[in-house]
Amino acid sequence: MTYWFIQSLNSLALGGVLFTLAAGFSLIFGLMRIANLSHGAYFMLGAYVGLSVIDRGYGFVAAVLAAGLAVGLAGAVIERVILRRLAGNSLGQVLATLGIAFVIADFSLWMWGGDPRPVAGPDFLQGAAQLFGLSFPLYRLAVLVFSIVLAIGLWLLLDKTRLGMMIRASVDDMQMARGVGIPSSTLFTIVFALGAALAGIGGVIAAPILSVYPGMDADMLPLALVVVILGGLGSLAGAFIGSFVIGFIYSFGQALFPDLAYIILFLPMVVILAVRPRGLFGRIAA
Amino acid sequence: MLKKLLTIAAAAATLAGTLPSTSYAAADDPIRVGFLTVKSGALAAGGKQMEDGLRLFLKERGNMIAGRKVELFVADSAGQPAITKTKAQELVEKNNVQVIIGPLAAFEALAVDDYIRKAQIPVISPSAAAEDLTQRKPNPWFVRAVGTSAQPTQPFGEYAARELKYKRIAIIGDDFSFGHESVAGFQRTFEENGGKVVQKLWSPLNVADYGTYIGQINPKVDAVFASFAGGNGIKFLKQYNEYGLKGKIPLITSMTTVDEGVLKSMGDEALDVVSSGWYAATIDNANNKRFVQGMNREYKEDPGYYAIGAYSAALILEQALKTVSGKIEDKTAFMAALRNVQLTNDPRGDIKLDALGNPIMNVYVRKVERKNGKLVNTIVKTYPAVSQFWNYSQRDFLASPVYSRDTPVANNLEK
Repeated sequence: MTYWFIQSLNSLALGGVLFTLAAGFSLIFGLMRIANLSHGAYFMLGAYVGLSVIDRGYGFVAAVLAAGLAVGLAGAVIERVILRRLAGNSLGQVLATLGIAFVIADFSLWMWGGDPRPVAGPDFLQGAAQLFGLSFPLYRLAVLVFSIVLAIGLWLLLDKTRLGMMIRASVDDMQMARGVGIPSSTLFTIVFALGAALAGIGGVIAAPILSVYPGMDADMLPLALVVVILGGLGSLAGAFIGSFVIGFIYSFGQALFPDLAYIILFLPMVVILAVRPRGLFGRIAA
Repeated sequence: MLKKLLTIAAAAATLAGTLPSTSYAAADDPIRVGFLTVKSGALAAGGKQMEDGLRLFLKERGNMIAGRKVELFVADSAGQPAITKTKAQELVEKNNVQVIIGPLAAFEALAVDDYIRKAQIPVISPSAAAEDLTQRKPNPWFVRAVGTSAQPTQPFGEYAARELKYKRIAIIGDDFSFGHESVAGFQRTFEENGGKVVQKLWSPLNVADYGTYIGQINPKVDAVFASFAGGNGIKFLKQYNEYGLKGKIPLITSMTTVDEGVLKSMGDEALDVVSSGWYAATIDNANNKRFVQGMNREYKEDPGYYAIGAYSAALILEQALKTVSGKIEDKTAFMAALRNVQLTNDPRGDIKLDALGNPIMNVYVRKVERKNGKLVNTIVKTYPAVSQFWNYSQRDFLASPVYSRDTPVANNLEK
């Protein structure tokens, strides 16, 4: 009983981390139709930026904000300066994002060194929460809460604001959206920056659990891919549900079928691709 | 414009390649040492520590070994076997190195195994610990400065059973050869001394989160034995504490889990962890004190697994070169000297290479403590002159299959 309870909480916490990663990835794909292979690198970059801010004594909240801002800004510049030039050439854009990922990885290694670095969570979330006589790390519960708040915020942004309407219109039918005067090119920059910022924030949020290390980018990117393929590309609800489904499959799969640890994540993806290529909530076929 | 520049550069490079190379050597030429390390990618931290250890040695010697100048060629394998092989070739065929110190990872060492046989280039391994490199598939051109994966865990299994009096142990380790081999050695001697391994968990090397594994640990055990490499120990120990297991179930580990290279990034969660290894920065002898002071002075860090590996590889090279009076050009004599090295100036204590090129050396049982605000591995017990075969006869040891994920079989696992 204890065991199932702990693993369920673990699944939810991991789902929360995955959502911060996958939300931006899904948004970017939905609008720009490119698989952003630098997304894992933004995640890692955010974590490193957060680490530097914490090291200078500014606290965890400041670290989250700084990482979101810095990585978001980097995303905007990358979209404007590099991806913009390759507009219409999506294969070129995907390759460019892969190159950017390498550059960020090497930059991080040069800047922060190769040692894995643990990151402390905020002081008020240290220690274990006592739930029904079980102890569970308080920080992980906070991650879960944060991801739900983030999901609600994004949903409000996309569903209730003018900007959100324009984004949704462009996702559904780019030509028509342009035709009625929606400034898609500005939208591209905004969404790419927003997606990058979300990944950067996700990196800091995840850092107390995962720590920060070279190679973190490559470890996280496939998880983002799996989540959005399962949940459906370009769909926020899909990214949300997909994150938690993957969280559960990952935690319970590794515990119940240890020999399948390496493929357990990809099995549901394969099934979904075969049965329902657009994913659970997708608007666009993968 | 850029294209033009590139063309010129390419032409220049071609020209340079056709110039006569000075592959012949005279005694007053420098000794050409290749250093195959990792400067980029996930293993870069260990690569840097190796380089620190080696550079400290060269600095101490004023860049002279056995009366000859040393010219060092550093190559970055990025920790990828295919690149490792290319770089090894480049060191031998382009830089004409006479000996290679490297590579870092066991899978890299395996990737260049064939090539070093063919090229007949002496290799001193500063880090790769895969058992069979000096056991069932020894390479005549290969000697090791560090030990095998199970060399420190074999005595440690006995220690856990006899001195810590543990009866039931759960094991968790990295799911790759170093994890498998170090765990196998521990399990074998622990069970032979009356202990029972009741659970074995393998986590993928790049696992994102240990929470799911820690949740599975059987609470009815006397201790958990963990074997992690690289930065995984940091993550694992932190989460072991967060899940409230620290203080409830004692944690004992392999050398690398609480290595000095990662210990500096850990906090109180590492306190009281008992481990075994062939080195600890706290070893009390004059050679080690000088070495640690040097590392502290030059690189502001305590040496660990990688730094001592590279430093000792250089000591082995020096000893062999002294035996042949610096004449590295006589490959056969040099290789024979290399295989018979005995060191009395190694920070780890006295070292002797066995017939297969693996050190016989002390194994230390260590415990993490805080001294002057810094986490250190203090030495609890010393097993003197431990061989890779522990107390078994070499013949019997080599006749049984190599340690792996499921060898030896664990008969006491509980569901």
